[in-house]
Amino acid sequence: MDTDLSSQDRKDLDKFIKFFALKTVQVIVQARLGEKICTRSSSSPTGSDWFNLAIKDIPEVTHEAKKALAGQLPAVGRSMCVEISLKTSEGDSMELEIWCLEMNEKCDKEIKVSYTVYNRLSLLLKSLLAITRVTPAYRLSRKQGHEYVILYRIYFGEVQLSGLGEGFQTVRVGTVGTPVGTITLSCAYRINLAFMSTRTTAEDNAAVYPSVEDSQEVCTTSFSTSPPSQLSSSRLSYQPAALGVGSADMGYPVVFAGGLNAAHPHQLIVPGKEGGVPLVPSQSPHATQADQERMAMCTPLDGAHYSAATPSSSEDTETVSNSSEAKSGSPHDILETIFVRKVGAFVNKPINQVTMANLDIPFAMFAPKNIELEDNDPMVNPPDSPETESPLLGSLHSEGSSGNSTGNTHDDFVMVDFKPAFSKDDILPMDLGTFYREFQNPPQLSSLSIDIGAQSMAEDLDSLPEKLAVHEKNVKEFDAFVETLQ
Amino acid sequence: MNCRSEVLEVSVEGRQIEEAMLAVLHTILLHRSTGKFHYKKEGTYSIGTVGTQDVDCDFIDFTYVRVSSEELDRALRKAVGEFKDALRNSGGDGMGQISLEFYQKKKSRWPFSDECIPWEVWTIRVNVVSLANEQERQICREKVGEKLCEKVINIVEVMNRHEYLPKMPTQSEVDNVFDTGLKDVQPYLYKISYQITDSLGTSVTTTMRRLIKDTLAL
Repeated sequence: MDTDLSSQDRKDLDKFIKFFALKTVQVIVQARLGEKICTRSSSSPTGSDWFNLAIKDIPEVTHEAKKALAGQLPAVGRSMCVEISLKTSEGDSMELEIWCLEMNEKCDKEIKVSYTVYNRLSLLLKSLLAITRVTPAYRLSRKQGHEYVILYRIYFGEVQLSGLGEGFQTVRVGTVGTPVGTITLSCAYRINLAFMSTRTTAEDNAAVYPSVEDSQEVCTTSFSTSPPSQLSSSRLSYQPAALGVGSADMGYPVVFAGGLNAAHPHQLIVPGKEGGVPLVPSQSPHATQADQERMAMCTPLDGAHYSAATPSSSEDTETVSNSSEAKSGSPHDILETIFVRKVGAFVNKPINQVTMANLDIPFAMFAPKNIELEDNDPMVNPPDSPETESPLLGSLHSEGSSGNSTGNTHDDFVMVDFKPAFSKDDILPMDLGTFYREFQNPPQLSSLSIDIGAQSMAEDLDSLPEKLAVHEKNVKEFDAFVETLQ
Repeated sequence: MNCRSEVLEVSVEGRQIEEAMLAVLHTILLHRSTGKFHYKKEGTYSIGTVGTQDVDCDFIDFTYVRVSSEELDRALRKAVGEFKDALRNSGGDGMGQISLEFYQKKKSRWPFSDECIPWEVWTIRVNVVSLANEQERQICREKVGEKLCEKVINIVEVMNRHEYLPKMPTQSEVDNVFDTGLKDVQPYLYKISYQITDSLGTSVTTTMRRLIKDTLAL
């Protein structure tokens, strides 16, 4: 009962709790950005720094926190939680921490709201600043980069600790008694950091969060905490979160240039679609459709020509989805960034499926020039002459000597007459280069020749039925042996 | 009123002394500093804003948060530097302790000088170890980092018990409770002292006056 609380005090208290919750989220998320945080002290009060602490407000984070709260405040049974998780570039993910802002029923009627509660909330925020640097996830977040990113998810409702693995530990940051209940801030963090592959399909992921899906109150959103500079290498940056009924409008500004607001992993959501219904999962069965939808959206804007992705190139589609970034703002901006992607080395993909601009292909000299000609792909079929793969040799230039075509039967390579380092023409009758060229294609070993191989294979095939018959007779022995192993 | 006393113990290598002490002292002072008070008419006051910054340790796998005040940082570094030098020069087992004491001043009538009444004392006992090789040093980096994490959690736990704190003073009394000499933040009045245990087990007490006041007096 809070009849003893004046209406002004009640208003103040609600405001304090609301802004405390928002600042708590800011502190936690900023502590997982991977960078050192620094704010300045100011002797003159500006009136805008809540709790007399200089804590910057990242607009997207505030926006998401407000959405999660949806006008409510933490109360008994309704906690505000910030989940911090790690996601590798291969798609494995792991929950690291859950920060909980809870309220229990224990009231302190005597406490002064505008003074004591406010100052204690300020102290609690300072404690939060200190504690966020000492949990194991802090050091992980400082080292995030190309191999993994740290993600956060805000939700409101019941605390879900099951994703933290066995033996997770809890640290209490602090408590503040108020006339309407006691605010408690704590963190449950994983201690078993052994990685288990948690790659899931969309269906599996829906099962992970059953209560979240069912709850009308819960609004889940996910963003990367990596700074934009780190995400420019087009790394997967969104985190699975179940679609809550309340989570409309997925198409809003996303944090840190990497936050694809995806309801499920491997789903691509193009912001700008009202109602936020995600596109089909870009798993291989739907690759074509997803690609076509994407292409349908982007062709009018940038005029690039894209051919349909075939199901066989599903790994490429996944590369695209894994490397896509969606930004806020106009669809044009978004689509520009979606296609700023790196084609991985060894990817056998027709060149016209990627934008010509902004493309940075590693091992460009090995990029296939012809469509789907695997035979010509040097990385698939390495040429017989190994020295032509070496970029060093490619840089040695010829003095016009002849006899340079032996051994090289591939049109992709320009044959240059090379002078091996440290060799001199006039010392030996046969110089090193000539020797190398003459003997660079030795004949195959006879034991590896096709005829002999074919013969032995034929013999093997003939004897196979007999061997099978023998083994079938001894089935019982084999079974007994297997039993002993178990 | 009893003075609250908390003791923390750490074992560190010689070159880690300064960073470990600064980490603990700054964490405590983060909780015991407010923004600058600006008194208005009718006894009300407004409070300035305290900024914070992360500090990475060079010799320990640890990052701590301190108040963004260069003056305060300099004062602590000076005190810790003297403690470290005393510890290293003592030639003893390498054991000592540094104390951070928060106190209130109580005005006394002339000719008696003002009384300093401590209300919270933090004592950090330090044991300096010698390490033989680089591998041990690397392990020590991590271990001391983990230990300091525990210490921070201990400090936060004590701070959030919400036990005695001096009452917010009126304008005339503010210097009896807070150190108003810094330009950007306002910690509670504090003093730092240290003791080195020499090889005979007796303690050689060195008390330093509050560094800010000394610096200003010069």
